[in-house]
Amino acid sequence: MSETLSNAQIAWRAAQDIADGAYVNLGIGFPEMVAKFQPPGRQAIFHTENGILNFGEAPAPGEEDWDLINAGKKAVTLKPGAAFFHHADSFAMVRGGHLDVAILGAYQVAETGDLANWSTGPKGVPAVGGAMDLVHGAKRVAVITDHVTKDGKPKLVERCTLPLTGVGCVTRVYTSLAVIDIAGGHFVLREKLPTLSLEALQAQTGAKLYLDGPVADLIVPEI
Amino acid sequence: MDKTVPNLATAVAGIHDGATVMIGGFGGSGAPIELIHALIDRFRATGHPTGLTVVNNNAGNGHVGLAALIETGMVAKLICSFPRSADPVVFTELYKAGKIELELVPQGTLAERIRAGGAGIPAFYTPTGYGTDLAAGKKIEEFDGRPYVQERWLKADFALVKAERADRMGNLTYRAASRNFGPLMCMAAAETIVQARTVVDPGAIDPEAVVTPGIFVQKIVEVTAPQQEETLNRAGAVH
Repeated sequence: MSETLSNAQIAWRAAQDIADGAYVNLGIGFPEMVAKFQPPGRQAIFHTENGILNFGEAPAPGEEDWDLINAGKKAVTLKPGAAFFHHADSFAMVRGGHLDVAILGAYQVAETGDLANWSTGPKGVPAVGGAMDLVHGAKRVAVITDHVTKDGKPKLVERCTLPLTGVGCVTRVYTSLAVIDIAGGHFVLREKLPTLSLEALQAQTGAKLYLDGPVADLIVPEI
Repeated sequence: MDKTVPNLATAVAGIHDGATVMIGGFGGSGAPIELIHALIDRFRATGHPTGLTVVNNNAGNGHVGLAALIETGMVAKLICSFPRSADPVVFTELYKAGKIELELVPQGTLAERIRAGGAGIPAFYTPTGYGTDLAAGKKIEEFDGRPYVQERWLKADFALVKAERADRMGNLTYRAASRNFGPLMCMAAAETIVQARTVVDPGAIDPEAVVTPGIFVQKIVEVTAPQQEETLNRAGAVH
């Protein structure tokens, strides 16, 4: 196994925890990849902020219907049993606690469950979309992310230094090295790459990793 | 009762300087391109309206529709959740030059503020944004041990909305996911102006299928072959 998981492998691992019949919102960009890796025999129902439940994959090029897009403005298709609704109903589904899982990207996640994923600071044009809504209301808010930034700095930290998306909202983090729960204000290590020592993982993590029972091997197929 | 007007120019003729205008659509899905272009055409011919506050989820894409409206300089302020797109050059340049004001609102809060405006609810509490920069200065209250942010309603002088079918009384249906903000904006504006692909007589739309009841609609114009922002941009169109 490689030393770190690819994005596809992180997405695969996150997909294994989505139950059959779960209502799921995938953040735009990297999290959208999770939909590709649903285990056989399970079918999640995907929600998009702009008012569709149970949308499917992209249509073939040239067959796009531009009234049928997802939150990332990409063309999608419908599955049997799909539904349309307006934006206030869509966010009632989000804030009202009706979604089972939201899976989002992250710039930083704190051991308190705080998430920073919408702004890298005052430069450029700020844009938030539905991120601040999605972190409230879903029964589980999970993050998928590389374990460290491109220049090697921890993305899992004691306190976020970037502008917050939400306070105390993240419950599980799937990274390129490990699966980590957030409970009681701590990072609790559940799984790590078998070739990686606990010390090496801790060295790449910006806050203390707690153990609560045995740590399983993070085994992901080559994708 | 007949709320139809003969053409696009008539439909947008009453929009005045300084008006707040809600524009339906999420990206290009549901964007009332023809109504927006009619407003631009009026501005080019008369210099009015100007100083508009526009409410939309986005800030336009390329050089058509909302982006083109912003490009004319008619828009003083934009209230939106996500002013980025594949080609957001128009808004980005004006924003960086300090020539357009931005009020950034989380998407669900934007939707609920518009809904509240239409429903006569002056303020509400939401968990969204608590502890973030976007809640700065807003009233916080605890309910059942959790903190919530007070948000105010959002109302408009006008709404521009794209529908699939309209009857002459203003009952509307929408196509696919294009409804998004449309039904909310129809409620929240003093004058809602709708472009519909088909206008039919009262009774031709099954009451069970009506999405926006006609009470929320003031003017209807038929646009039988509406353009899509995405298609226009792929063709390199400029309005």
